[in-house]
Amino acid sequence: MTIIRHQPEKKAPPDAFSEGRTPTFEESAKESLSNSQLRRNLGKATQTIRRKRGVAVAEMPDWEELREAGRALKARTLRHLDDYLVELEESVKRAGGQVHWARDAEEANRIVAGIAKSHGAREVVKVKSIATDETKLNEYLEGEGIAAYETDLAELIIQLAGETSSHILVPAIHKNRSEIRELFMRELGVEDLSDDPPDLANAARLYLRKKFLSAKVGISGANFAVAETGTVCVVESEGNGRMCTTLPPVLVTLMGIEKVIPQWRDYEVFMQLLPRSSTAERMNPYTSFWTGASQGSGDGPEEFHLVLMDNGRTDVLADEIGRQSLNCIRCSACLNVCPVYERTGGHAYNSVYPGPIGAILTPQLVGIGEPGPDSLPYASSLCGACYEVCPVKINIPQVLIHLRGKVVRHKQDEGGLRERLDPENVAMQAMGRIFANRRLYEGAQKAAHVGQWPLARSGTIHRLPGKLAGWTEARDLKPVPEQTFRDWWKTRRGGPSPNGSTGDGAS
Amino acid sequence: MSAAREEILRRIRRSTRDVPDAERPEDVPVERGYRETDDAPRGEIVERFAERTAEYKAKVSRVSESGLPGAIRDALKARGVEKLVVPPGLPEAWVPYGVEVLRDGSGAGAQLTNDELDRSDGVLTGCALGISQTGTIVLDAGEAQGRRALTLLPDYHLCVVREEQVVGLVPEAFAGLRETVVGEGRAITFISGPSATSDIELNRVEGVHGPRTLEVLIVG
Ligand code: SF4
Repeated sequence: MTIIRHQPEKKAPPDAFSEGRTPTFEESAKESLSNSQLRRNLGKATQTIRRKRGVAVAEMPDWEELREAGRALKARTLRHLDDYLVELEESVKRAGGQVHWARDAEEANRIVAGIAKSHGAREVVKVKSIATDETKLNEYLEGEGIAAYETDLAELIIQLAGETSSHILVPAIHKNRSEIRELFMRELGVEDLSDDPPDLANAARLYLRKKFLSAKVGISGANFAVAETGTVCVVESEGNGRMCTTLPPVLVTLMGIEKVIPQWRDYEVFMQLLPRSSTAERMNPYTSFWTGASQGSGDGPEEFHLVLMDNGRTDVLADEIGRQSLNCIRCSACLNVCPVYERTGGHAYNSVYPGPIGAILTPQLVGIGEPGPDSLPYASSLCGACYEVCPVKINIPQVLIHLRGKVVRHKQDEGGLRERLDPENVAMQAMGRIFANRRLYEGAQKAAHVGQWPLARSGTIHRLPGKLAGWTEARDLKPVPEQTFRDWWKTRRGGPSPNGSTGDGAS
Repeated sequence: MSAAREEILRRIRRSTRDVPDAERPEDVPVERGYRETDDAPRGEIVERFAERTAEYKAKVSRVSESGLPGAIRDALKARGVEKLVVPPGLPEAWVPYGVEVLRDGSGAGAQLTNDELDRSDGVLTGCALGISQTGTIVLDAGEAQGRRALTLLPDYHLCVVREEQVVGLVPEAFAGLRETVVGEGRAITFISGPSATSDIELNRVEGVHGPRTLEVLIVG
C-alpha cells in the first residue's frame, strides 16, 4: 500500500473560541435538522449507547454511592484547586517530569509547539484530546510547520475529511462506511479497500503504525492526574493512546487544571464511573497510568511534559453554581440521553463541547455576552435526564437556569426598557428559584405533568402557552414523564431521593 | 516560578474566595459508601474473571500448574507464532522449544528495538493482577511483564494469570497497586479484551492498534 503524506485542508471549524460571531444554536440547529443522515446515524448511536449504558449501570448495586463519592471528590478538589495543582506539580517533578502552566489556549499551544521544535520534530502523533481541540492545537502546529497526526480512528476520519467532531465519544458518527472507504482510498492512497469495518480499521492500522514508530513527539490529553503521586491517566479503546504515550521519546500532555484528583486511590471511583457511563463497558479496553518520565528504566518516554491549562476555567470556578460544571469527566452520557442533542447533533452547539455539558460549559468558558454561546443555555427542554445519568452529579438543569438568568441580566444591563420587561426574563428568575429548592422543583414537575396534556401531541410538546411560547418556537419539548425519576426512586428504595439536596451548587 | 503559574494560582484563589480560609481539603466530606471488597467465595471470583474476560473477546482457558507449559506450547502453535517476545523474569519453564525467542533485557543495548517488536509474532507475559468484576488484566511493568512496548507492538498477546492474582472488585486492584505506583512510580496498564473500536457505524471491530488477539491462561 502506498502512503501519500496528507496535509488535510482545514475549514476553519467554528468552536467556542473562534473569532467573529458564532451562529446561535437556533440557526445551526436548523441546518442540522435538515441533514437526515446525521439525524438517522445519531438517533441510532444515542439509542444504542443509552440502552447499553443502562445495562452496565444496573449491574452495579453501589452506583449511587459511587456517583456521590465522585461528586464529593470533585467538590473537594475544586474548593482547594490551588493546593492540589501545586502538589501535582511537585509530584510530577519528583518523578522526572516537567510542568508548564498556560493561562490560555494561545499560551498552551506555544508551549507545546516550543517543545516539539526543540526536538526538531516535523511530525507529532496525537491521541484524542478535547483540550487540544479547544486550543486548536493542530492548526497552530501546522502554522509552525509541524504536522499533527490524529490517531483515533474517528479523529483520523474527520481530520482527513477536514471536518469537526459531532459527538465526544464517536466523533465520526455522521459518516457512513462507504464514505469512509472513499475517503481512505483517496487520502491514504489505499487501493482495493472494501467497506467492511475490519478492513477499514486495518487500513488505518497500517497507515498509523509507521507514524507511531517514527514519531519523536507524542501528544495526549489526560483523563485524570493524581496530585499525590503525579500519575496521569489516559482511558481509551483502540491502543493508539498506549502508542502515543509509550513509544515516542518525548511526551507532552495537555490538561485542563480541573482534571487533577487528590489521591491514587481515587481512581477506584472514577475508573468505575467513567467506562460504564461512557462506552457502557465494565471497563474500556485500555487504560494507561504513568508517573513522570522513564528515568532510566527504559519504559516509556525519556522526557515528559505536563501542561496545566486554565483557558477560562478559573472563571467557571468563580461562579458558585456554575463551578460544578468542572466536575465533568467527559463521559458523554448526558449527550446520549438528551432529546435536543439527539435531534440536532453536536455541530449545532458550535463548540468542542456539545450537548448538555456544552450548553453549560461553553458560555461559561467564553463568558456571557456573545450571541452564539448565550443561546446555548436555551438549547434544552429542562427534562432533567442529563442530571440523572451524570456520573459526577452535575445538576445541569440548575446550571442552565442559572445561566439563562445571567444571560437575561446581561441583556438587561446592556439593553433598554424592552429587554428589562421581557417576559422570559421574569419567567427565568422564577424558574431559578424553583430549581434551587427541591420541594418546589418536585411540585413544579407534578404541576407540569397535570397541566401539559392539551399541548402534547405525538409525544412532544410543540407549543407552550402564553408567556412561554417563545421557548417552543425553535424547540420541541419532551412531555414531563408520568413518573419522574425522583418518584420512581422513592418507590423503589422507599427512601430519600438519590441526590440528597438539589441546590448543592456550591460543590 | 513562571508568571503564568503565579497568575493561575492567583485566579484560583480569587475564584474560591467563598471557601473559608480555615477549611482544609479533608474538611470537605467524601463518603466512600461503595463496595471496597468482594465477599464472594474465591472460586466464584475466579470463575467470574474467566467469564468476563472472555466476554470482551479474549480467548480464555483454565489450566493446571503442571499443564501450563503444554498449554502455552499449544496456544503458540495454534497461532503459528515463530518469533516470540519474552520479558525479563519470565519463568524458564514457560518458554517452549521450537520458537525463536526474542529476549528483552534491561539497559541500553539489551533492549529489543521497536522494529524488532513490530516484526515479532507475539509476546508471552505474566501479569500483576486480574480484576474479576470487570474482566481486566493489569500489568505493572514488573517481573514477567516487562516494559509497556512489549505488550503493545506484537499482534498477539498470550498472558498467564494465576488464580491467586485475581481480585474481586476495582478498589481491591487499586489498593494492590499502590506500593508499585507510590513507591516505584512504575507504569500501570489495564487491559480489558483486545484493542477495539466502534467508530464505524458503531460496529465493534476487534483490533486497531494494540494486539488484535488476546489469549489468557488462568492457572490454578
Ligand atoms: S456532564 Fe456529566 S454526563 Fe455529561 S459528559 Fe460530563 S460527566 Fe458525563
